[in-house]
Amino acid sequence: MTKYEEFLIEKGLFITAILSIIVILLIIGFIFKEGLPAMESYGFLNFIFGMDWSPSDGQYGVFTMIIGSIGITLLSLLFAVPLSLLCAIFLAEIAPKTMKRILKPVIETLAGIPSVVYGFFGLIILVPFMRVQFGGTGFSMLTASLILTVMILPTIISISEDALKSVPHEYKEASLALGATHWQTIKNVLFPAAIPGIITAIILGMGRAVGETLAVIMVAGNVTQIPNSIFDPVRALTSNIALEMGYATGLHYNALFATGIILFIMIIILLVIANYFHYKKKVVIGGGYL
Amino acid sequence: MNRIISPKMAQTIMKGVLWASGIITVLILIVIIGYILIKGLPVVSLNFLFSDPIDSGRAGGIFPMIISSLYVTLIAIVVATPLGVGAAVYLSEYAGENTIVKLIRFGAETLASIPSIVFGLFGLAFFVIYLGFGWSVLSGGLILALMVLPTILQVSEVSLEAVPKSYREGSLAIGATKWQTIYRVVLPAGIPGITTGVILGLARAISEAAAILFAVGASLSIPISIFDPARPLSLHLYILATEGISLDNAYGTAAVLVILVLIITVVTNTLVERYSRKMMGR
Amino acid sequence: MDYRIEVEDLNVYFNEAQILKDVSLKIHKNTVTSLIGPSGCGKSTFIRTLNRMNDLIDGFKHDGTVLLDRKDIYDPKVDVVDLRKKIGMVFQKPNPFPKSIFDNVAYGLRVHGINENNAIKEKVEESLKAAALWDEVKDKLDMSAMGLSGGQQQRLCIARTIAVNPEVILMDEPASALDPISTTKIEDLVHKLKNDYTIIIVTHNMQQATRVSKYTAFFLNGEIVESGLTERLFVDPQDKRTEDYITGRFG
Repeated sequence: MTKYEEFLIEKGLFITAILSIIVILLIIGFIFKEGLPAMESYGFLNFIFGMDWSPSDGQYGVFTMIIGSIGITLLSLLFAVPLSLLCAIFLAEIAPKTMKRILKPVIETLAGIPSVVYGFFGLIILVPFMRVQFGGTGFSMLTASLILTVMILPTIISISEDALKSVPHEYKEASLALGATHWQTIKNVLFPAAIPGIITAIILGMGRAVGETLAVIMVAGNVTQIPNSIFDPVRALTSNIALEMGYATGLHYNALFATGIILFIMIIILLVIANYFHYKKKVVIGGGYL
Repeated sequence: MNRIISPKMAQTIMKGVLWASGIITVLILIVIIGYILIKGLPVVSLNFLFSDPIDSGRAGGIFPMIISSLYVTLIAIVVATPLGVGAAVYLSEYAGENTIVKLIRFGAETLASIPSIVFGLFGLAFFVIYLGFGWSVLSGGLILALMVLPTILQVSEVSLEAVPKSYREGSLAIGATKWQTIYRVVLPAGIPGITTGVILGLARAISEAAAILFAVGASLSIPISIFDPARPLSLHLYILATEGISLDNAYGTAAVLVILVLIITVVTNTLVERYSRKMMGR
Repeated sequence: MDYRIEVEDLNVYFNEAQILKDVSLKIHKNTVTSLIGPSGCGKSTFIRTLNRMNDLIDGFKHDGTVLLDRKDIYDPKVDVVDLRKKIGMVFQKPNPFPKSIFDNVAYGLRVHGINENNAIKEKVEESLKAAALWDEVKDKLDMSAMGLSGGQQQRLCIARTIAVNPEVILMDEPASALDPISTTKIEDLVHKLKNDYTIIIVTHNMQQATRVSKYTAFFLNGEIVESGLTERLFVDPQDKRTEDYITGRFG
């Protein structure tokens, strides 16, 4: 081993390390290169706030899909946040050993099930169920958010649980020694102290919901409209790309990349917010990781 | 002191609510997996696994799809593992805490959060069209490699950092160079953790469909060369289900995917358990 | 006799390991009792048995009796939460909550159902005064408790404990993480508090034991070797091992 070889190895490793950055720059480069022409020729504001998406007439407004994506995501958070936070508290504080041994792999498996399988389950079980219960086609914003709820549960549960468990044990002892009940201790001390981690968990769950494609396509109905109720079908940004890329040409093709730009920007905003909370997420080995 | 609910009452109620939330989570999984397996397992036979689809999947088996899945996943892992582990070695052994390292970490985090459909767009523009790989196993495998790279990187970095400092000092003290120390001492000690990262990456690659939607094509025949088009299992399930081709074969394919996930979960858990027991010195 | 706590033949195990062996000790009302002994002798385990903090630890088992005011605290009918209201605890490392100074002291009051703002304010002031901290913090009650010095944090923890009116205060080496000046302040405080509370203080500092306590018990390897009036124990130890310890021949 010469000094020269050592030097080469270090430089080689450095290149593998900066590869993540290179890949991101490449992704940004190519998405923008293909997407910007559509925004330029159709008009940036028209593209974002246009209500009409009909490529055959040259209309490329994605506003209904932005609303669709946001609507599905917020609705799924509404269901997923309470359930996953309760479940995280249960895991971190209440669950006896045997229950933990059951619940942990359950959460890992939930995280590992392919999104197509979730979509398929939604299509076969949830859509007919919603059709019978609430009328309409069964394909709706609500149906999509219920499927997404299950998909983001593991993300929020595992990161929140980790945040709760990293609250110093001394806080818990101090509260119990004052004669607080276990629940008072959880509610007034542990939970507030874990807030930064819990917000990170919710934001990462949100990211997963915004980015999910196929499971949403299979149950959301994919109509480009502003929904009047949660029982109306909607189309998400991700679905728009997956549905039409197969046959898009010309400006249509560019407009789909431009849809990708919007999606990319939404994810970056979420990441920046998550970083603002400085919560150092532990890499959870064995599932539950975004 | 006039409360409607006493603290002890609240404690009892909340304990019930927390138990319920845990049980609901377990039930959700049981319902989903149970349903898929009950409907799908009767379809899964040796014949289903090892024969070609007939009439675009209306009948017949899923053998080419299994091969396609294995093929793209193999490419993804073979490409991503050295890159991810290399980056992890650099971050944990060579880099200090400086701007470039923070940037690399943020990069990996961002890469992990980019929606799969955006990877799909990029793959189409870059691998399929720009590099001219066309609809092929290679294009699909490379996209998946980029997607699993952050998983392998982050898990490997954690396991390398868990290797005790004394191992490194012991090796350096007998005159080994830095790279010799890493190669002969640190990496072997980190292998179980790295393996876990690779298996997690594998799981992600097998499950993914949206990212390779516009990269592998939808061929029903067995891919031989890396430039052949293919149709991995998850993509096959998507096509069967959304185009209403065959419900039975969709159930069968879904069951196969679910079983793969279950196997992977069991394997990673066993590995992690054995690993942590070893690290705790028992 | 005026005993507040009576411990008899207490054995404590964590999993297979026996930590305390046949410990018997009676604690007088409104006095300070010191528990001394080398590290790992079981004195911390002992006081954590008195407010059942050890219940939190997996594998904790015990036999023998612990009576508070003649009532068994390990009786299945006893509510742990009520018990801990009566027996406060100050920990080795100051552990204020990441909340404001005011909220730290008010925490126990709120938890016990006091919602009336004026009552809380009054009690917070009273407790901070009793803990000799009021003058230093009265202008910054909204400040985070994490911004206080270690000694101030520990006095805050004492204020937090006395705010809920305990009968007994357990102190687990309350000054071991503090500088000498802060230590003096804590010791003065203990002196003042003994009129109203029964105090049990764990310390590995023998001078501290002689300064603050009326009674002392010497722990070694999970047993009480000797206990009695502090003065007597230090001047005229009955057991050879006590003599060795207080003269610094081991530990």
